[in-house]
Amino acid sequence: MYAFEFVKPSSLEEAVKALASEGAQPYAGGQTLIPTLKARLNAPEVLVSLTGIAELKGVCRDGDALVIGAATPHAEVARAAAKDYPGIAALAGQIGDPAVRNRGTIGGSVANNDPSACYPAGVLGSGGTIVTNQREIAADDFFEGMFATALEEGEIITSVRLPIPEKSAYAKFLQPASRFALAAAFVAKYADGVRVAITGASEDGVFRWAEAEAALSKDFSPEALADLTLPADGMIGDLHGTPAYRAHLAKVMTQRAVRDAG
Amino acid sequence: MPMDGGIGASTKRREDIRFLTGNGRYTDDINLRGQAYVHFLRSDVAHGRIKGIDTNAAEAMPGVIRIFTSKDFESAGGLPCGWQVTDLHGQPMQEPKHPVLADGKVRHVGDPICGVVAETLEQARDAAEAIVVDIEELPPVVDMRAALEDGSVKVHDDLTSNLCYEWGFVEENRQAVNEAFEKAAHVVSCDLINNRLCANPMEARVAIGDYDPWNEQHTLYTTSQNPHVIRLLMGAFVLGIPEHKLRVVAPDVGGGFGSKIYHYAEEAFCTYAAKVLRQPVKWTSTRSEAFLSDAHARDHISKIELALDVEHNFLAIRSTTLANMGAYLSTFAPSIPTWLHGTLMAGPYKTPLVYVNVKAIFTNTVAVDAYRGAGRPEATFQLERVIDKAARELDVDPVELRRKNFIKPDQFPYQTPVALEYDSGNFHATMDKMLEIADYANLDKRVEESRKKGKLRGFGISQYIEACGIAPSNLVGQLGARAGLYETATVRVNATGSISVLTGCHSHGQGHETSFPQIVADMIGIDASQIDLVHGDTANTPMGMGTYGSRSIAVGGSALVKATGKIIDKARKIAAHLLEAAPEDIELKDGKFSVAGTDRSVDWAEVTLAAYVPHNYPLESMEPGLEETAFYDPNNFTFPSGCYGCEVEVDPETGKVEVVAFSAADDFGVVINPMIVEGQVHGGLAQGIGQALTESCVYDENGQLLSGSFMDYTMPRADDLPVFRIDNSCATACTHNPLGAKGCGEAGAIGSPPAVVNAVIDALQRAGHSHVAHIDMPLTPARVWSAMQK
Repeated sequence: MYAFEFVKPSSLEEAVKALASEGAQPYAGGQTLIPTLKARLNAPEVLVSLTGIAELKGVCRDGDALVIGAATPHAEVARAAAKDYPGIAALAGQIGDPAVRNRGTIGGSVANNDPSACYPAGVLGSGGTIVTNQREIAADDFFEGMFATALEEGEIITSVRLPIPEKSAYAKFLQPASRFALAAAFVAKYADGVRVAITGASEDGVFRWAEAEAALSKDFSPEALADLTLPADGMIGDLHGTPAYRAHLAKVMTQRAVRDAG
Repeated sequence: MPMDGGIGASTKRREDIRFLTGNGRYTDDINLRGQAYVHFLRSDVAHGRIKGIDTNAAEAMPGVIRIFTSKDFESAGGLPCGWQVTDLHGQPMQEPKHPVLADGKVRHVGDPICGVVAETLEQARDAAEAIVVDIEELPPVVDMRAALEDGSVKVHDDLTSNLCYEWGFVEENRQAVNEAFEKAAHVVSCDLINNRLCANPMEARVAIGDYDPWNEQHTLYTTSQNPHVIRLLMGAFVLGIPEHKLRVVAPDVGGGFGSKIYHYAEEAFCTYAAKVLRQPVKWTSTRSEAFLSDAHARDHISKIELALDVEHNFLAIRSTTLANMGAYLSTFAPSIPTWLHGTLMAGPYKTPLVYVNVKAIFTNTVAVDAYRGAGRPEATFQLERVIDKAARELDVDPVELRRKNFIKPDQFPYQTPVALEYDSGNFHATMDKMLEIADYANLDKRVEESRKKGKLRGFGISQYIEACGIAPSNLVGQLGARAGLYETATVRVNATGSISVLTGCHSHGQGHETSFPQIVADMIGIDASQIDLVHGDTANTPMGMGTYGSRSIAVGGSALVKATGKIIDKARKIAAHLLEAAPEDIELKDGKFSVAGTDRSVDWAEVTLAAYVPHNYPLESMEPGLEETAFYDPNNFTFPSGCYGCEVEVDPETGKVEVVAFSAADDFGVVINPMIVEGQVHGGLAQGIGQALTESCVYDENGQLLSGSFMDYTMPRADDLPVFRIDNSCATACTHNPLGAKGCGEAGAIGSPPAVVNAVIDALQRAGHSHVAHIDMPLTPARVWSAMQK
């Protein structure tokens, strides 16, 4: 790890100011950032911690939506969202291990947009809104491919707003070593239709499976997907699975999520 | 009933209190005054010629003390190989030099080029980034088959090829074996890969060199399974330091599994640099470095063939293997695919003819050496896979096919056609016991229940025998070992009767601090809490060969029995003097010496006190004191054996394998501490199941390690494993050591991989996937799913 300055502002305003300095990087739960620093793959001059800002923390119900503060750790979401939005609570409760869940935050996960992370599927599958210190961004516009998002330099996610579906579930098949998603599906049924988001599988990161959404909107059952296949083209191929295997798994996980959503 | 705390008692492990409360003292916990830190600049290419190394900028950086390159080690020897294999033409293997720091060429990703010593580790790392190494990249040799092709690039320019040796065993039987295959009613064959593994002990390697110029005394603190072996190899062959000027300390060590047997470059570096710099030098491996510098394991490509007659008697076995040595010969590497592999190819079966051919090959990968089981898992995997395949092809019960060909209980001692003489065993009994605890009789019912849930259930059997208790020195000397493999024990009785046991073995998870005292407690009849084990420091333990090859109890424990026997003999004479009786009339029971047939006795402590305060003592005929040393050299290997049964459920939609039950019936002979033995089996099974289902070191075609972290290298975890069903009741004692013990450390890792693979194949076959005859390990979900699709 290279040497860096560390600041922990207590207000959003201070954080924005700190991030404006040369070589500054935001630091939320650090579950990706810290290993990267330890491997000397990243050399920030200033790390600006976002975990000391009270307004970025907490889970609350806002009408038909659940609002999760960006610096809320996964374990807190798993606990606090269980009643209002059990699907997203269950997703949060199976990210990583207990240490990861007590440090990692939803804002950090969404901003990093790891192609195998869980939260991007939950947020995209919920048709959520990413609220920043500058604007609101629809999830459909936010995730721009592997590790790429619509966030601008210096922009800080403050919260994530998720419309609460009638039914939802997350089905994840674990990459055996990292226990990230080898392929996972988040399925949410709303009054106006079903959304399906797939993570872990595509070289473009999280994506919506439009054909599955259409089929499930007509018939919300695993069988409704029987004749669909996801093309292997553009899926990730690595030590742990070929593109064809991931495409297949994405379908199986979607079916299981539908089954689990009931 | 075992004596409380004696042999056969499941005494809780006394060392666990400090381990589990975080109070162990590991090498990295040691910090010496004025210590500097070394960071190794390692090659990031698999193969290349070093054209130049510019350290000027780096040397000027803050905190840098000195940067070492191969020039600094010109007078040092290479890291020695401890075993010379003779090839099938009677010629010695090709043995390249393994320099401490890369000299002229880099030969694998991770090969150390410079050692940067600085006041802090971060300064050393910063400076390493400022070193400019000019490397002309060469095409890497990664694939073993390609490495043998004519005109292949050579890993070592000064060798004639990438072939270390071709070994034939028994070469004289080759023709007879071939003829048996020609005449056989049935021939079954299987092409197998024994996947490359990285041991990954919880504690990564650490080395600290220290030097006292006023006494010309070197000390190396290191994470080793065998400090005396390191002292011998490094002192005599690399740095030229006589033993009395070199102390090697291996304190608490957090797991070894073989990977900490070997003498590594970092140990020699720190020892040498400490002398040059007149200050201690410390190196602590990161996990990433461990993947690139710890010896890897297994990595065999094999063809196994079995010839049977019309009645399904085994006629002959033919095994052909390509064994990866990596870029350099690690300490015991050449012996693994040969003497620890070929000699086991008869297994527990009475196959009359066996021929094993092994080509050991250099590649631009990390060196490969022993890992829990070492050669024996590879042999067992071949045998138990091909027998399973034979049962399927011949449409016979895999249990019956094995049983029919077992060596029978009344045939021991049994001379195999591959040199070993098995002293004892009962394969029928362990198989019956395994089938009983696995509830094999009701398997079909469970298969049906699984099918209703949409899961494919299958059962796999593996019957293993292994050779451990390593090893008779004169025999291994004939086979090329450059060391003896005896073990030592000193029993130092103190004046008040407490005892320090000094051993050349080393405990790094095996629980010796508990089990060794149990032996002495049992023999003398005193409480085990009066006995402590001292190990891990060449300054205060007798020269021993360390811990590997399931040898500690069988060989080290036997030395301890001998030494304790000498103590008892002498104590008996002292007691006889005190009791004014003849020594032959003195009985020892429960720590009390008494005159047979009388009520006259003296306690253990009275005798020991007399030995050290010899006021009333036969000084004219006996020396005072009570301390004895014994060396024990076994006259045969020991042969643990057993039968394993694995039951799996396969998810047909994802290919994921779940081990739902695992049953192990082992014959370890006499067991000192059944609880510790069960724990050893658990650990071995976890690693064997890990090899079968999850673990794999993967290099790409450029020689880059793709599985270089725990993000991609899958260690088995608790939730990958079932609650094991373990049984040790079918014990047949070892006939040639005083304990009757055979050793238990490696069995789980040796016997389990084929059981797992056989179970998965069985599950798929039962579900109608009749085209799936084999899947290479690890049986990841992706591989199993893919196999089902064809």
